[in-house]
Amino acid sequence: MSLRTLEGFKFSTLKTPVHLLDPRTKFLIVIAVLVPALLFANIYVMIALLVSQLPLLLVGKVARRWALSLRAGVFLSGLIFVVNLFTGSYLSAIALTLRFLVLLTSFSLFFMTTSPDDLGLALDRIGAVRWLSRRWLGYPNALSFTFTTAVRLVPTLAVDAQTVVDAQRSRGLELDKGNLLKRVRNYIPILIPLLLIAIRRSLELAEALESRGFPGKEGRTSLFQLKLRPVDYAIVAVSLAMIGISFWIYFHYKIPVL
Amino acid sequence: MITLEKVSFTYRSGQRALQDIDLNIAGGDFIAIMGENGAGKTTLAKHLNGLLKPSQGRVLVDGEDTRKVSVARLSRKVGLVFQNPDHLLFSETVKDEVAFGLKNFGFAPEVVHNQVMRTLEALGLSEYAETSPFLLSGGERKRVALAAILATEPDYLILDEPTIGQDYQQKERLRNFILQLYSQGKAVVMITHDVEFVAESNPKVILLSQGRIVAQGPADSVLSKDELVKKASLVRPQMSRLFGELTKYGLPSDVVDVHRARILLEEKLSEAKVRVAQNS
Amino acid sequence: MANAPREIIIAKNLGFQYVGARRAAIQGIDLSIREDEFILLTGPSGCGKTSLCRCLNGLIPNFYQGEWTGELLVDGLSVTTQLTSELSRRVGYVFQNPENQLFALTVEKDIAFGPENLGLSREEIRQRVDEAMNVTGTLPLRDLAPYELSGGQQQRVALAGVLAMKPSVIVLDEPTSFLDPRTAEEVMRATDDLRRELGLTIVVVEHRLDLVARYAERIVVMDAGKIVADGDLEETLDEKFDLLAGLGVGIPRVSLLWAALRRDGLVSGKVPTRVEDAASSLGGMMSQ
Repeated sequence: MSLRTLEGFKFSTLKTPVHLLDPRTKFLIVIAVLVPALLFANIYVMIALLVSQLPLLLVGKVARRWALSLRAGVFLSGLIFVVNLFTGSYLSAIALTLRFLVLLTSFSLFFMTTSPDDLGLALDRIGAVRWLSRRWLGYPNALSFTFTTAVRLVPTLAVDAQTVVDAQRSRGLELDKGNLLKRVRNYIPILIPLLLIAIRRSLELAEALESRGFPGKEGRTSLFQLKLRPVDYAIVAVSLAMIGISFWIYFHYKIPVL
Repeated sequence: MITLEKVSFTYRSGQRALQDIDLNIAGGDFIAIMGENGAGKTTLAKHLNGLLKPSQGRVLVDGEDTRKVSVARLSRKVGLVFQNPDHLLFSETVKDEVAFGLKNFGFAPEVVHNQVMRTLEALGLSEYAETSPFLLSGGERKRVALAAILATEPDYLILDEPTIGQDYQQKERLRNFILQLYSQGKAVVMITHDVEFVAESNPKVILLSQGRIVAQGPADSVLSKDELVKKASLVRPQMSRLFGELTKYGLPSDVVDVHRARILLEEKLSEAKVRVAQNS
Repeated sequence: MANAPREIIIAKNLGFQYVGARRAAIQGIDLSIREDEFILLTGPSGCGKTSLCRCLNGLIPNFYQGEWTGELLVDGLSVTTQLTSELSRRVGYVFQNPENQLFALTVEKDIAFGPENLGLSREEIRQRVDEAMNVTGTLPLRDLAPYELSGGQQQRVALAGVLAMKPSVIVLDEPTSFLDPRTAEEVMRATDDLRRELGLTIVVVEHRLDLVARYAERIVVMDAGKIVADGDLEETLDEKFDLLAGLGVGIPRVSLLWAALRRDGLVSGKVPTRVEDAASSLGGMMSQ
């Protein structure tokens, strides 16, 4: 699985209607897909769930990169299929493999259309997150802040990782030679500098942020805020309905695999 | 000899980093590659030891095409010292760190040991042989990184921004060291935008701008040309700016280092003194 | 009759030793900085310049642990009694590495970060962010991610983020180390422009005197944790030339040239720090 398949989960700065939805709305969509997908093991249901997400993928203009995320899941899908062949009928194997793809699509769609920034803002508003953050880290916004910072550091550390590999190769390190043990040991000269660089960058960043008043007193405000618009409410309503209906059907009927 | 023949390089993202680079680096050459941030200097350096292969054209190191030889093999001849030493350091002791390259190249333990000790001595790091590299200061870590690359005695030494963050004394020490290496017949290539450092060292200067070579020549001629210097987002050395104002007194304009400046001025000022004495 | 500018930073016998360090990073520091001054702080590596700067905005003793001696008053507040967050309203800090001081995913959000920490109203934050972007010329960059910017742009954004806190003092710790010469000059000039426009006190740590000499009036030289010279830049360079040269301070080449010529008796007068001054003095002497 090459790094390119991760593109199927990376946020892209577009302004499609899907991108502009509140992250909480989009997360509810994920739940609305998750619930029926997990409650039922019916092939038609899975196909329906997959197909219903297609319009979102198209409107969000992320359909092509979604295909990449599917490629990432090929190996696991195959594994799930084979394992289930042994434990059940081949029909259930198909259903469960499809379920995996449905879930993959749902998360892929979410991450591709939701900016980490907005995600941070959303996390900030969720009571449970604030409570946890206060207990673990002392400040209500520390947890969501940690998340946003981690995302911010990813491209920088990716470049650092490449530089470390280049630097060590320039000293004669050959990463593609040797038996398994040697290959694993060869990663020590890559991981140690990278780890230390990551730590150093974080400390420098922490210092710079503290110099700008972080974490400040309890009353930290924010310039940007999330707005729930009518379309958000509409989709939230539909999603909740989906979830409700799924549960109702689950408790009243027995849905077979096919 | 390292030869670049019509080398062009485009990143996978589509960004064009180098265009039509023709360059020769012979043993005993002392070269400074200069240019604005993003001009392609580091990209060019990575072509010299095969980390990057050209999209067009080719790079020959002592006759071998870099596309056909491994980086490990090229690194025996071409030592690339990265700008940030923290990208290299990982060992428990400075000794181990400097031995890493030698071990990779398969030298016998006694040879490794002797080479390590010699290199540490040459760089004034012997007292730190058993110290952890992470406990050293920034300047010392930079020296350890340099030692690590020098230990394998490459014929061509490429230094990426060796003067950043160094104070004046550290730069002086570095300059002397470079001159020593160059007098030993090694080729030394410096990537830098430290104009004053280059002015005092007088290497051949190659000016890169937006992926192309826009000028090549001795430091005093290249760095005294305002148009070129501006293009590469550099500034003319102080001596050049000074002499630019003094051409009406019959002084040349292509002066960049303090020694030559002093000699020329001493002459003119002595003449003036004599004139004053004669007139009074 | 103008009022004498007040002293905004007063250090008395200030000293600090980091935990686990063998000797004090700074000791016996007596320093007084008036409003609107532009100070160049310099000295060989390890002399304590950065440590002194960290005391000014409270990173020492809040972020860095160790033993503190003496007294430091910043805008009337005693540093040891304040959190960094309180001092950050008065003293802004621009760091050496442009990349590691920007944390948000867009420039605008990064600049808003400081004011957000102060708990200001949305309108106030909006106003400060816009002002900061305008005055640093970073408005066109507002939607870009920090890692997409050039080093010079990053430093300007860092400056904007600091300005949004409306401090009266800005400390810049080797802000141009990673920048090419032309960009370095632009950043320094921008800093001086801001200082005049907004009435700021500026402390710049820098090895290369020639970069800052045209803006800084005063120089403070440190060595091994102590202040060894403090005064008017040109005068100090002239009177204490040998001391500074011996320390390895980055003396401008024109100054070195002049000092050498003066030793040989070929020129007389104060050591110039700027090319223009050297040129006119030398020109005058040669046309006699």
